[in-house]
Amino acid sequence: MKGSAMKGFNTLFYKELLRFYKVAFQTIFAPVVTALLYLLVFASTFKGRPDILPGVSYVAFLIPGLMMMSMIQNAFANSSSSLIQSKITGNLIFILLSPLSAFEFFLAFVGASIVRAFCVAVGVYVAAIFFVSLPIRHPVFLLLFGLLGSAGLGALGVVAGIWAERFDQLAGFQNFVVVPLSFLSGVFYSLRDLPPFWQTVSRLNPLLYMIDGFRYGFFGTSDVSPVLSLALVAAFCAGVSALAMALVGRGYRLRN
Amino acid sequence: MKAARGAPAIEVAGLHKHFARVHAVRGVDLEVRPGEFFGLLGPNGAGKSTLINILAGLTRPDEGRAAICGHDVIADYREARRALGVVPQEVVFDPFFSVREVLAIQAGYFGLGGRDNKAWREELLRALALTDKGDANMRALSGGMKRRVLIAQALVHRPQVVILDEPTAGVDVELRASLWVFVRRLHEEGHTIILTTHYLEEAEALCERIAIMREGRIAALDSKEALLRRAVSKTLRVTTAEPAPSVPPRLEPKLRKRTGNILEFSLQQGTDSIPEVLESLRVAGHVVTDIATEQASLEEVFLELTQGRPSTASR
Repeated sequence: MKGSAMKGFNTLFYKELLRFYKVAFQTIFAPVVTALLYLLVFASTFKGRPDILPGVSYVAFLIPGLMMMSMIQNAFANSSSSLIQSKITGNLIFILLSPLSAFEFFLAFVGASIVRAFCVAVGVYVAAIFFVSLPIRHPVFLLLFGLLGSAGLGALGVVAGIWAERFDQLAGFQNFVVVPLSFLSGVFYSLRDLPPFWQTVSRLNPLLYMIDGFRYGFFGTSDVSPVLSLALVAAFCAGVSALAMALVGRGYRLRN
Repeated sequence: MKAARGAPAIEVAGLHKHFARVHAVRGVDLEVRPGEFFGLLGPNGAGKSTLINILAGLTRPDEGRAAICGHDVIADYREARRALGVVPQEVVFDPFFSVREVLAIQAGYFGLGGRDNKAWREELLRALALTDKGDANMRALSGGMKRRVLIAQALVHRPQVVILDEPTAGVDVELRASLWVFVRRLHEEGHTIILTTHYLEEAEALCERIAIMREGRIAALDSKEALLRRAVSKTLRVTTAEPAPSVPPRLEPKLRKRTGNILEFSLQQGTDSIPEVLESLRVAGHVVTDIATEQASLEEVFLELTQGRPSTASR
């Protein structure tokens, strides 16, 4: 990127950060509280349950899953809600009239999604370590899964935000695709606890590898090989990003 | 932002655009010279907005090319967009930000910032009487103020070409007047101004050349004076010494209005002659004490060109 293009990208990225920062109560604190409520309910309900991973209590097992689930949902929500709001209120025109390229547009929206996802994850982590000790065995894996997972869902949010023409279409995408996939991705259980058929079905869910790999970063054990998970998450991220870039580049439902 | 040497401010060639079965723009060719105040008129659905959207990069043409200051709007979109400022027709705004934030963000998209641009942004706020609203959230502004912010946003990167898409729609008289003072200033400073408006008296007062679009095509493109000369009819107002209860039969079809001793005739340009009308009245025994003529307005020309019939607007 040339200097002025870089500054254009920086501005859009900063604007997208500012957008969620200005309503941080809704975009950061509320998801952290929701994750902690899940933790409270599941931890008290399954108190005394045998360890899922050797030497890891159920509460500790839950926390990485809840962190990653919050990252997934908030990364998606950030880019998709910003786009649909801008489209419906019409202020997207100010970006479309600017000399920003499709790549800069895409990168700024996904970048802001990643930052929001990390803010929520750090919030959940900081609140959780008051109650449970959480080791970080593989910080590089942790960062890579966090980065690729939130980037992939941020890119999926771009796709959904561009595709949706009404708020209810976006809500449908979120409630019938993203939320079920994130709930059924091993946040609350291990893949090994499922019957063989559901294990096979679960392996089709790309979010499973994000959560399993992210958990590996903390505990050093996982249901799926972390390298395989990383490759699959990277492939998912690349595929969705390519789709999002193609839509932005073509101006699908943006430039008619 | 410099224009390519000698390039027209706007250059459009063989432009076509379809929306499903609607052929919105049908082979438009157009050139606007740098520094012109240019009017783009036409009834709703004539293709004006589609043409503007193509120039702004918001709509992609099916065929043909468009360039701003010599920069192709697709192949060289970055430079084309840097040379262009568009004031959109609809009042749209980002509810998350204040006026100053909105302008800083818009400048940032164009890679601008720093002290120079900040000074320019403050000047825009002053010129548009928005200084005291600079820190107010966009939601808190009235409709007229939001429209002024749109103008500031379009100018924040100092574009050479400014498109005003019906900027005074729904705007009160006072704001409209101040808006035109500002737009005239921009024009005097060398900006090329493209204006679309439904208030034809505005176009008549401001524009040097005017294109009238109809059904996706340019129905007329000429200087304002030449367009006004195209009018089919003009008005002849004759005052007689005594009220005239009747006029010679050959003048009856041309008589538009009779008020006391004032007769108003609608004359066809080129075929009807004022001396002949006056002579007919004299022969019929009327003493003419005064005459006045009135050229057709742009509105009448507009109606003749877009509806294919002489205007009845002033009847």
